[in-house]
Amino acid sequence: MKIAVDYSSFLRPETGGRFNLEWAVEGVSSADAIAEIEGAFSSIPGLSKARLNFTTRRLTTEWTEADCDPSPAIRTLERLGYRVAPFVGDAEESEEDRYTRWLLRCLAVSGFAAVNVMLLSVSVWAGNVTDITPETRDLFHWLSALIALPAAGFSGQPFFYKALRALRQGDMTMDVPISIGITLALGMSVYETAHHAEHAYFDSALMLIFFLLSGRVLEHAMRKRTRSAAANLAALRSPVASKINADGHVSEVPSDALIAGDLVLVTAGCRIVADGVIETGQSQIDASLMTGEIELTAVKPGDLVYAGTFNHHGALTIRVSAAGSRTLLADIEKLIDEALTYRSRYVQMADRIARVYAPVVHIAAALTAMLWIGLGTSVHDALIIAIAVLIITCPCALALAAPVVQVITAGALFQKGLLIRSGDMIERMAEIDTIVFDKTGTLTLPEPSLIDASQLSNDALLMAGRLALSSHHPLARAVCEAVREKQKRLEPYPDTQEITGSGIHCVIDGVEARLGSPSFCSVPAPLWNKNASVLAFRYGSEAGLISVGQSLRPDAIETIKKLKAKGYHVMILSGDHADIVCKVASELGISEWRGHVLPKEKCDLLVAMKEQGHKVLMVGDGLNDAPALAAATASLSPATGADVTQAVADAIFTGKRLSPVFDMLMLTRKGKRVMIENFSLALIYNLIAVPLAVLGFVTPLIAAAAMSGSSIIVALNALRARHAETFNS
Amino acid sequence: MTILLYLVPAALGLGLLALAAFMWSLRSGQYDDLDGAAHRILSDDDVRVD
Repeated sequence: MKIAVDYSSFLRPETGGRFNLEWAVEGVSSADAIAEIEGAFSSIPGLSKARLNFTTRRLTTEWTEADCDPSPAIRTLERLGYRVAPFVGDAEESEEDRYTRWLLRCLAVSGFAAVNVMLLSVSVWAGNVTDITPETRDLFHWLSALIALPAAGFSGQPFFYKALRALRQGDMTMDVPISIGITLALGMSVYETAHHAEHAYFDSALMLIFFLLSGRVLEHAMRKRTRSAAANLAALRSPVASKINADGHVSEVPSDALIAGDLVLVTAGCRIVADGVIETGQSQIDASLMTGEIELTAVKPGDLVYAGTFNHHGALTIRVSAAGSRTLLADIEKLIDEALTYRSRYVQMADRIARVYAPVVHIAAALTAMLWIGLGTSVHDALIIAIAVLIITCPCALALAAPVVQVITAGALFQKGLLIRSGDMIERMAEIDTIVFDKTGTLTLPEPSLIDASQLSNDALLMAGRLALSSHHPLARAVCEAVREKQKRLEPYPDTQEITGSGIHCVIDGVEARLGSPSFCSVPAPLWNKNASVLAFRYGSEAGLISVGQSLRPDAIETIKKLKAKGYHVMILSGDHADIVCKVASELGISEWRGHVLPKEKCDLLVAMKEQGHKVLMVGDGLNDAPALAAATASLSPATGADVTQAVADAIFTGKRLSPVFDMLMLTRKGKRVMIENFSLALIYNLIAVPLAVLGFVTPLIAAAAMSGSSIIVALNALRARHAETFNS
Repeated sequence: MTILLYLVPAALGLGLLALAAFMWSLRSGQYDDLDGAAHRILSDDDVRVD
């Protein structure tokens, strides 16, 4: 059946009567990709622009008319090994984008002002020890004020707003001492300039803003990168639903746009996109993402099916059911809400330090003023010294200490295929001592894969792979994937024919090639095997069986061994049958396992472990794991997991390997260690600088040197977080 | 010291110019795809006749 694909529901009108359509692209890795992808689109009528963003892996296409048909380009790209899916941006992401741009603008203004004020300040410092006249010095100070006051007022906003919000909520964050420090430094400098004094701290205030803003900009850039990667994954996973309109015409719509009563078509080898009741068709579905069980369930008209389950055999039409009747999902969501309350709000190291630090330095400054007044100094001089204490203790290095490490660690994790939701999970992840794995889709590969093809020669297997390329059947896809590992670029054969329920065939060099069920290929069928499906391939006289089924992730055994060697306590909690779990557990060398665990039980077991004082990492992909992920100290989900599950997980790992779990733990451990070092470095800086300030030795020159010195040391030290012992090292 | 009358405005003017240039580049989206620019320079068929 040929389906006319209609992407018009994804088009967004632009100015000038044009339409915009954005795509998430997977498989972009080299410079060729840009030319190939943009080139595939360029020949399509009605297209005015196609541009690939290499950083976000998104393609923006612009159309001059609304009834465009990009499907030829998509087919070309799929043949070249890319996957594309229409992408609809969310409001939260564009909001975050705007905020990052605003931060960059603030950073630019503070950078410009800091450099120019520093130029004037250096002249004054040099002049103070040579022959500057008081008039020139005043001119320079007033010029500095002219630059610094508006610049600080503009670029300090991110801190001022946050500090105000924190104070209104009766909370204490680093933004409060930062804002107080900046305001006092500027206020005192204006006052001193008006009184023709030698010292002004305009440069310190601006430098402080510049350093702190660079930390925040980095943090947002990191979050933007992982967020856009995660959004792409989501778009590629369950992108579109094939909606059957009243006139029988099929159009592709975003699955979110479906409403109760819609009729959707789900072909074999596709995930079911919405909960509903089957109207026509019979098939077997894989509900492992919901229940953890790998056995296929037969479904017929009238049966209820859930979003996220996998349709294996026949085409189904499904009447989408009302949101209220999504009983299973509703139950799971209730469990997640309950579980999230168990995860007591973790207070980050930086906030814990801020709560102690701010009162301590403010009291120290007040004591300094009183001490000097008590010793007989004028009130003016005593206040100047006290303010110098506040400026020097303004927590520049301290505020950078954690964010810089988070950025570096997140970058290193990103390279290992891990997308983290927020920087604060690094601290939680570093404390883990127990790891609980789900089995199906986590320890095993989410999709069926090739187990054995030893009956075929390499050439025959390559042919089978190329033939399989033309089919969407999950078993054919498994063959295709296995062959792709040996040879990246596969060309499909022309004129292939697929016979539903039997297989696919075509004529190669005058000889017929068949891939499909053993009977279709006239190969004697083997004895029935519960754990594997069997395919056959025949080319002329050469024939053989290929078995496809659930298999462990390729590096699962080694990863578990390494985790155990590092002292982690490893166990399996699965919803699948006990005998299957037992087999996997013994293969992996895991002695503690439980099968047939219900979602609620998983959650309760984790809470019990946490109550015994264990810090538990839950790794799972299914909807049945979601409550447990929410209850765990930290959680991880493969990119193939259910939407709800990924939304709860702290991080997502991509790819077929299990080693990201090991890398995640090692890198976050290292990250936390470096963070602690950074806090120590910042405190050591304060231990040296504060006595000097209290004694009245701190001039603007010393303040500038000390502040930038400590910030740079902290930032450089953070780079060490990149190097941790990882799976491949 | 009259030299300051030229030098200080000149220094500030150059600084402002750089700031304006950055703001323009930010607005025109030049920081949206930093990796892409590095790769695009390697492909030589980007000159297409439309």
